[in-house]
Amino acid sequence: MSFLEVKNLKVHFPITGGLLGRTIDHVKAVDGVSFSIEKGKTYGLVGESGSGKTTTGRAIIGLNKITSGNVLFDGQDITNLRRSKMSARRDIQMIFQDPYSTLNPKKRVFDIVAEPLRNYENLSKREEKKRVQELLELVGLSPESIHKYPHEFSGGQRQRIGIARAIALKPKLIIADEPVSALDVSVQAQVLNFMQKIQKELGLTYLFISHDLGIIKHMCDRIGIMYKGRYVEEGTPEDIFTNPQHIYSRRLVAAIPDIDPRKREQQLQFRRTVKEEYEQSYNDYFDDKGLAYQLQPVSDTHLVALPGRG
Amino acid sequence: MGNPILEIENLRTSFRIKDNYYAAVDDVSLTVKKNELLAIVGESGCGKSALAFSIMGLHSKANVEGNIYFKGRDIANISPAKLNELRGKEMGMIFQDSLSALNPLMIIGDQIDEIIYIHNNKLAKKDRKEKVIDLLDKVGILHPAFTYNQFPHELSGGMRQRVVIAMAIANEPELLIADEPTTALDVTIQSQILDLLKKLKEDIHAGIILITHDLGVVAEMADRVAVMYAGQIVEIADVYTLFENPLHPYTRSLLNSVPNSNVVQSELHVIEGIVPSLQNLPREGCRFSPRIPWVDSSAHEKNPELHEVNPGHFVRCTCYRNFYFPEKSKGDQHHVVS
Repeated sequence: MSFLEVKNLKVHFPITGGLLGRTIDHVKAVDGVSFSIEKGKTYGLVGESGSGKTTTGRAIIGLNKITSGNVLFDGQDITNLRRSKMSARRDIQMIFQDPYSTLNPKKRVFDIVAEPLRNYENLSKREEKKRVQELLELVGLSPESIHKYPHEFSGGQRQRIGIARAIALKPKLIIADEPVSALDVSVQAQVLNFMQKIQKELGLTYLFISHDLGIIKHMCDRIGIMYKGRYVEEGTPEDIFTNPQHIYSRRLVAAIPDIDPRKREQQLQFRRTVKEEYEQSYNDYFDDKGLAYQLQPVSDTHLVALPGRG
Repeated sequence: MGNPILEIENLRTSFRIKDNYYAAVDDVSLTVKKNELLAIVGESGCGKSALAFSIMGLHSKANVEGNIYFKGRDIANISPAKLNELRGKEMGMIFQDSLSALNPLMIIGDQIDEIIYIHNNKLAKKDRKEKVIDLLDKVGILHPAFTYNQFPHELSGGMRQRVVIAMAIANEPELLIADEPTTALDVTIQSQILDLLKKLKEDIHAGIILITHDLGVVAEMADRVAVMYAGQIVEIADVYTLFENPLHPYTRSLLNSVPNSNVVQSELHVIEGIVPSLQNLPREGCRFSPRIPWVDSSAHEKNPELHEVNPGHFVRCTCYRNFYFPEKSKGDQHHVVS
């Protein structure tokens, strides 16, 4: 039994129009996604903007309504559960992308971090303060910072405040939606190291959403690649980076800039070859509506969306 | 390569905060040759964009000192009207945020047309339109005649960035400054835009300054690289030397903090501390020294200068000779909540 299991998840948003504002069509943001995450592991969800990776994450935690499909968390079906009914809700937390807009500028750090505690735990003022200070220490901020406002912190520090808030209730699963995309490289390294560290210490499971393949490779045990709301490939970092099978994954892997300038020509050549292949065989990899096929196993760990073979 | 298109000597750009001026770009000298791509790397707050804006004369309230020679002519101290003749014609700039760089109320075609018209008002409307459509085609827009009549919000981020590039190259500039041109884009789009820039470099033989924080982009694009920290250039070298034999502690720390797809790292290097804000910049001694406290203070110069360690390879301060990475990044000590 997997820790988190997503089965044929669909999230469709209605498009309204016409005089009466009737629903005329749907945007199929997530259109049949299935995957599972083992406890204590990091699962990477990759794709370009608009591929549905963020919507998937938000649907799991209940920020987007699930149209159909199931989400099983620790054996319990949490699909579209009402917030109040769900004890699992506190076990799943989210870290958001932009540390500048996700912290209320009018609230002190103390109130920001204490908010989840106030919602779920009945603590005395003293206990609450102690917990917040412990949490801040855990994320490497001085306990005195509880009286400061978000604008007094740098981007990396703010993101750590966001993390402190996310781990306040000792969750089991954290959905991290592009947690370091807005940060400078050195701060990025700081936050990534820190996430790995608390994962070990607190036994966390991560769903790591990012468009940065370098970071995904560094962080994740298993990777899923999304395109237009569907999976095109899933496997271990090894499968995805050294043996990408789907044309879209190949394109994505080829697009990563190589840090070695001597490989420049080689990389350019590789990219051109993949681009030609992409243009020629695009239609072979997608059905007549331009959507990816169902995933088929190509090895024990590696699944690729290839046209049906019987 | 050939003669320098741009030569900057001892440029200092200061901003006024309350009653004092603080230099965001401090004593920067560099050259860009025709057909050369110079990358400027550094984290946010290092003065990369301030440098670019100074070259283009886009700072209205800053105090810019030093000399900027564009094709041998000092443009740091010429009148705004004269500068306007150069900007958009001989010097082009690609901005980071394409949505705010474009006028939301004007169709794409008119925005590019305007740039051509301002610098060449003899061209007939019909010819200009043809030229605009050619440009849109050149930057890889699939249906240029259709896009001509579209508004910025109707285009995707990648398409808008192409439009911004089309505007920058409309008058075939000899110097092109690209300020984080792909930062807001997806990798697949990024690689297309970078390929486009490479192609343009060959086509129009421009000198290009590419400002970025992405070392992968630098490795793929640059001929030469300047690394900036706290307003100064700390290292400058050709791209191969910089990646194979980086010397300055900041360059080495940066390179070590990126997840490298070729090597498996258990932990990334973390640079201690943060980039100091403009007011808190150390103005004396090695500016990077607070972030490498384990290196003996005697290793730093009193007044760090750029030393030419090898032909064309400059490093600021002598601390690079004694620099080493600490055993384990000392970083923050964390405890588990019990």
